[in-house]
Amino acid sequence: MVTLSIETQLLFAGILFVIGLAGLLVRRNIIFMLMSVEIMLNSAGLVFIIAGAHWLQPDGQVMFIFILAVAAAEVSVGLALILQMYHHYKTLDADTLNKLKDTQDEL
Amino acid sequence: MNMIFYIAAFVSIISTGLAITGKNAIHALLFLILSLLSISIIFYILGAPFIAALEVIIYAGAIMVLFIFVIMMLNVGLEKEMEKKWLRPRMWILPTILAAILLINFLIMLKTVHFEKTKEVVVLPKQVGISLFTTYLIGVEIAAILLLAGIIGAYHLGSQKKKVIHRFMEKN
Repeated sequence: MVTLSIETQLLFAGILFVIGLAGLLVRRNIIFMLMSVEIMLNSAGLVFIIAGAHWLQPDGQVMFIFILAVAAAEVSVGLALILQMYHHYKTLDADTLNKLKDTQDEL
Repeated sequence: MNMIFYIAAFVSIISTGLAITGKNAIHALLFLILSLLSISIIFYILGAPFIAALEVIIYAGAIMVLFIFVIMMLNVGLEKEMEKKWLRPRMWILPTILAAILLINFLIMLKTVHFEKTKEVVVLPKQVGISLFTTYLIGVEIAAILLLAGIIGAYHLGSQKKKVIHRFMEKN
């Protein structure tokens, strides 16, 4: 098995999380934003696995399974919302969703 | 084994970076699948073979295929000009600097906290299953309710509304 220090492994998970965060902040295409959220959830699960491997407990893997369930539910509802958004506004730009009132006639 | 970890981590970071900066959504998704596969290698060498299999099957298999379906249902070729406008350096430099500051913060925290060394062994799927269905049984039930709510929500949002106006009479 791997004999690396836990700091190196946690650093890898942190880099992945920060890449996902930067993607979420930079991109305005909503599909890319959802993908960045997936990257962040995955790196959070990676931290659980690293901690579980460090303390030799199965709890980390159990938590990863829960994160997987949450990610699956989130992505299915999120993609359905993206379909609705594209149906209404004909765009994937997240900045078009800044109006509370329905202004579909003006668009 | 350490070398394999470094190689997989390198491939994962590079392909994740390419995934969030790509212009073509399908290409970005394929880079993301590559990143997930290399993370699954890391799970395997960290002593979690069951999670490595779940990562390939559910993340790279199911969730990414869902993304590909949605991208194919939408016509995403029209967004190119808007994306180019948004991806100018003036737009992305500030969020990237803020995220890098967060990473440096995390690095400093890792330097100050000291972990004791433990010998790493494989945590087998049997232990995971026993822990999942005894200690965390309530969590399993909550996850089941969450997935049911996700199914109902996705069905409700994904169903098309019936048209009440005849298609010749509706205004464009």
